[in-house]
Amino acid sequence: MKEYRTISKIAGPLVFVEKTEPIAYGELVNIILADGTTKRGQVLDTSDELVVVQIFETTAGIGRDSGVRFTGETIKMPVGREMLGRILSGGGKPIDGGPDIVPEKRLDINGAAINPYARGMPADFIQTGISTIDGTNTLVRGQKLPIFSGAGLPHNNVALQIARQAKVPGSTEKFAVVFAAMGITKEEANYFMQDFERTGALERAVVFLNLADDPAVERIITPRLALTTAEYLAFELGMHVLVILTDMTNYCEALRQIGAAREEVPGRRGYPGYMYTDLANLYERAGMIKGQKGSVTQIPILTMPGDDITHPIADLTGYITEGQIVVNRDLHRKGIYPPINVLPSLSRLMNLGIGKGKTREDHKKVSDQMYAGYAEGNDLRGLVAIVGKDALSERDRLLLEFADLFESRFVRQGYDEDRSIEDTLNLAWDLLATLPVEQLTRIDRELINKYHPKFRTGAKKE
Amino acid sequence: MEVTTKHAKEQKQGVLKRIAGPVVTAVNLDAHMYDVVKVGKEELMGEVIKIQGESVIIQVYEDTSGIRPGEPVSNTGLSLAVELGPGLLTSIYDGIQRPLSVLVDKMGNFIERGVTAPGLSHDKKWTFKPLVKSGDKVEPGAILGEVQETNIVHKVMLPPNVKPGTVKTIKSGDYTIDEIICVLEDGREYPMIQRWPVRVPRPVKEKMNPTIPLITGQRILDGLFPIAKGGTAAIPGPFGSGKTVTQQQLAKWSDAEIVVYIGCGERGNEMTEVLTEFPHLEDPKSGKPLMERTVLIANTSNMPVAAREASVYTGITIAEYFRDMGYDVSLMADSTSRWAEAMREISSRLEEMPGEEGYPAYLAARLSEFYERAGLVKTLNGARGSVSVIGAVSPPGGDFSEPVTQNTLRIVKVFWALDAKLSQRRHFPAINWLNSYSLYLEALHDYYDKEVSPEWNTIRSWAMEILQKEAELQEIVQLVGSDALPESEQVTIEVARMIREIFLQQNAYDAVDTFCDMKKQYAMMKAIKTYAELSYSAQLVGVSPAQINAVKAKNELAQIKFIKDYTPELAKIMKQMDDEFNTLRSAA
Ligand SMILES: Nc1ncnc2c1ncn2[C@@H]1O[C@H](COP(=O)(O)OP(=O)(O)OP(=O)(O)O)[C@@H](O)[C@H]1O
Ligand SMILES: [Mg+2]
Repeated sequence: MKEYRTISKIAGPLVFVEKTEPIAYGELVNIILADGTTKRGQVLDTSDELVVVQIFETTAGIGRDSGVRFTGETIKMPVGREMLGRILSGGGKPIDGGPDIVPEKRLDINGAAINPYARGMPADFIQTGISTIDGTNTLVRGQKLPIFSGAGLPHNNVALQIARQAKVPGSTEKFAVVFAAMGITKEEANYFMQDFERTGALERAVVFLNLADDPAVERIITPRLALTTAEYLAFELGMHVLVILTDMTNYCEALRQIGAAREEVPGRRGYPGYMYTDLANLYERAGMIKGQKGSVTQIPILTMPGDDITHPIADLTGYITEGQIVVNRDLHRKGIYPPINVLPSLSRLMNLGIGKGKTREDHKKVSDQMYAGYAEGNDLRGLVAIVGKDALSERDRLLLEFADLFESRFVRQGYDEDRSIEDTLNLAWDLLATLPVEQLTRIDRELINKYHPKFRTGAKKE
Repeated sequence: MEVTTKHAKEQKQGVLKRIAGPVVTAVNLDAHMYDVVKVGKEELMGEVIKIQGESVIIQVYEDTSGIRPGEPVSNTGLSLAVELGPGLLTSIYDGIQRPLSVLVDKMGNFIERGVTAPGLSHDKKWTFKPLVKSGDKVEPGAILGEVQETNIVHKVMLPPNVKPGTVKTIKSGDYTIDEIICVLEDGREYPMIQRWPVRVPRPVKEKMNPTIPLITGQRILDGLFPIAKGGTAAIPGPFGSGKTVTQQQLAKWSDAEIVVYIGCGERGNEMTEVLTEFPHLEDPKSGKPLMERTVLIANTSNMPVAAREASVYTGITIAEYFRDMGYDVSLMADSTSRWAEAMREISSRLEEMPGEEGYPAYLAARLSEFYERAGLVKTLNGARGSVSVIGAVSPPGGDFSEPVTQNTLRIVKVFWALDAKLSQRRHFPAINWLNSYSLYLEALHDYYDKEVSPEWNTIRSWAMEILQKEAELQEIVQLVGSDALPESEQVTIEVARMIREIFLQQNAYDAVDTFCDMKKQYAMMKAIKTYAELSYSAQLVGVSPAQINAVKAKNELAQIKFIKDYTPELAKIMKQMDDEFNTLRSAA
C-alpha cells in the first residue's frame, strides 16, 4: 500500500492531503506518525487535487511529515458471536484485557437502510415494569424510544431499570444489550458496568466505551459500531437486541465540531444543517424485518441543554424517533422516582403493542383517561395558586387531587420495583375511581362496567 | 455515417473530478440542466443540477462511498421522468420511482446501491378495452381505452404533448404496457405506457375554482376548516403533535378516488404501517381495500437525500396523471420540511449563497411551484379532475415563524395548526381551533347548504363563536375561577367544553370514531346546540349552572361517537335531555 507524505494542512479533526492517486469517497485512511502509531480517519471529500480526511482521534502528533495510507475500502468492523460479554473502546478495540475479536464477518459500519417494504411491523409489547412507560407510553420491540433528560437527573437509573426488567411477557427470549457510551464520565460508565455485572447482564452485553477524556471525534463512529453489532446480533443471529446510546448530546457536539472544522454554513445553534439526516441514519437502524426473528430496539439517552425540549438535539431526535420519555426536574425535586413526566412523553408505537391479546382490552382508553385527568388536574395547580382551593368546583377539586395521586402512586415506584402490566392497569383504575364515573368520557361504558372497581367486584370473585 | 457520429457522441463520456457526499463534479460531459446521468463504474443514477464552465455538478440518488475521481460519467440525455401506466396503484416506490418490492427481490432486505428497476412491470399483461375506433379524431390527452387496474379503471390516454391525429388501428385484448395498442393515420404508434418528466407540470385545458369539499370524515376538518377538492392545505406542528396520523387519516378516509402518499424523509415504520394496514381497510364508499386506490412513495429519512428531493415531484406527477383521467386525487406529503432540508443540503454542497436559515433563496419559489400543481381542472380530454395537496410541515422547535412554514402559509388556502399543548393532554386531533383557518368556507357554502343541511353554515359559525368566547372567558377564569363568572357565561364554558370534547376530539384508533360522515357530524353538533339552547333558557328562568351541569343526558352524548348506528341512541338521549330540562324548569 502506497504511503503519501503530502499533507498540506491540518485543521481541527481534518487533514488535507495533496497529489494522490484517485481516492474513493468514504475510504478508510491510516495516518502513520513518526513514532509508528496509527490514527484512523475517513475521506470526506476527494478530487484530483485534494483529499480531505476526517480523523477519528485527536490530531495531536500529526504533522506534515506524517504518512498517509489509503486502505481502499470503507470502514468495516469485525463482528462475531464472541463479542457478547466484551468491553470495547469507542473505536472498537478490546479494552477488557481479552483477546481480539475473531471476526465471523466484516461489516460496513454505516449500515444500509432497511427497505421499508422489508420491514416487519413492531407489535410485541415489552414490559419494563415501569408504570409510566408500560401503562401510558408503551415500548414495543423494534421501537426507537429515547429518554430526554437534563444534567443531573436520574436518566441512567431509568435506562438501567429498563435494561434489567425488560421482557416480553410469555416469551423466554432474553434481550442482548448493546451499550454505547459517548463522552460520559468514567464514574457514570462504572455505574452502568457495575449494574451489568451485578445482574449478570454483562454476559449478554457488548459494551463500547468512549469516555469524556477520549477523543471527541471518535464519538462519530461509536454509535455506528454499536448499531452494526446490534444488527449483526439481531438479523444474522436472530437475537432481540436492546441498544442503549448515551449521551447523544455528546455525539451531536462532536458533529458540530467537525462541521465547524469544515467551515460549513452552520444551521440552528451552530449544528450542521444535515444533523437531521445524520441522526436519522442512526435512529432508523432500529426495527424488525419481515420473516426474521431478531429485532433492534433503541433507547438513546440525551441531556437537553438547559432542559430545553426545543433545543436542536432534542428537537431533531423527537422528529425521528417513535416518541420520547421525558425525565423531569420538578418531579425529581419532589423526590419522585422515576421522575417521568408523562405529559410531554409519548410512545407512537404504543397502539401496536397493546390491547386485547397483547396487554388488555382497556389499556388504550385507560391510558387516554389518565392523561386527560392528569393534564387537567395539573393545569388547575396554577389556578389554585391564585384563587385558592375554595374557589374550585367539586369537579376541579377532584381533578386536582387526582393529579397528586397520579404522581405519588402511579409515577412513583421503587428502583427495583417491577410492576406487571396487570398491576399497572389495576392501579390506574383505582386512581380513576376517585373521579365521578360520568367524568370518564374517554372510556366506553362496556369497559367501565367490566373494570371500574365500583362495578368489577362481581368479576373479581370468579 | 450519421449513425456513427451520433454513436460517437453517445460514447463520449465525462470523467469524475470530485466527490463530496451526494454532490459530485464531472468534466468533459455534454450536459443540460436536469439531464439524468450515470455516475461511476456502478452507474449510479444522478441528475445535473448546475453547470459551471467546464464543470458539471450532479446530485446522485444513491450513496457515493467508494467512488473515485477518474471514474466515467455518461449522460442519458433524458430528464428525470416517471413511468405512467397500469400498475401504479398499490405500488410502493422510493423517491425516484424504483419499486421497493422489486428492490427486495433484487438485493434483499437492505437497500444497496447501483440497482435499477423500472417503475412499472413490463411483462405483465393488462386487458385493454378500446374506447375509440378507427377513424376517430384524437386530441392530445384523449382517452384511447381503459384497463381494469384494481377496482379502479385506468384510463389509457394519448400523451399530453403530442399532435392531434386520427386513429388508424386500435387494439383490444391483453397487452403489456410496451406493446402498441394504437396506431394513428400518420404512422405514430402508442403503447399504454407514457413517460413524463417529473419537474414539469402536466398540462390541462383550464383551471377552475373548487366548490366541493374533500370530505375527510374528520370532524374538525370537515366541520370547521374544510379543504376543497383541488385545494391545498398545510398541517404544521412540532414533533409528536399528529401530522402523520392526520395525513394517514386523510389517506384512509377522504373521499378522493386516488390517493398518493409521500413519506418524504420520515420514518420507515410509518410506511410499513401503511403497507400492513391499508390492504385490510375498506374504502367506506366502495367497500374495496384502500390499498387499491393508493400509490405510496417512501423515501425515508435514512435513504439518500437527493432522492428525497425528487420524491415530491415523482408523487405529484403520478397524481396529475390520474387527475388527467378525470379522477379526484389527493396527495399527502409528509413532510415538506424534509424536502426543503434536502434542498438546503444540496444547495450548501453547491456552496450557493444561503438565504434565511441556510435555505436556498429559491425555497419560496419551489414551494409555490409545487402547490400550484394542485387544483380542480378541466383536463385536455374535457373531463373534470382534481389534485388536492396536503403538506405536513415540521418546524424546528415547533416555531411557526421559520421559513418553510411561513412560505407555505403564503400559498396554501387551509391551515391546520397543530398544537403541542393539545397533544400533550391527548386532545386529538391536536388542531388548534383558534389559529387554524380555511379560505374555502365561502366557496363551499352552497355545497354544505344543499348536501348537509340548510342549517349547517349557521351552526358552524355558532360553534366557532362559542369557542372564541370560551377563549376570552378562560382568561378571566385563570384569574378569578369559574364561579365568579356570570351564570350565562358559566353555561357558555360548559357548552364550549362539550364542543371540544364531544365534537372536536376524535380518536383515530377507535373503530367507529375514526371516520364520521357529514350526517353524523351535523347530528352531533345539532345535539350540542340543542343542549345549549335548553341550558340558556333554563338559566333565564332561574335554574342554576350547577343544576344544568348535572343534567345526565349531557354525559351520555359523549358516547355517541363510539356508536355506529347512533340514531336511536341519540333520539333517546335527546328525549331524556328534554325531560330533564322540563323538570328543572318547572321546579324553578
Ligand atoms: N387523531 C388522533 N387520534 C388519536 N391519537 C392521535 C391522533 N393524532 C395523533 N395521535 C397520537 O399522537 C402521536 C403522534 O402523532 P404523529 O406521529 O402523527 O405526530 P407527527 O406530528 O407526525 O410527529 P413527527 O413530526 O415527529 O412525525 C400518535 O402516535 C398518536 O398516539
Ligand atoms: Mg410524522
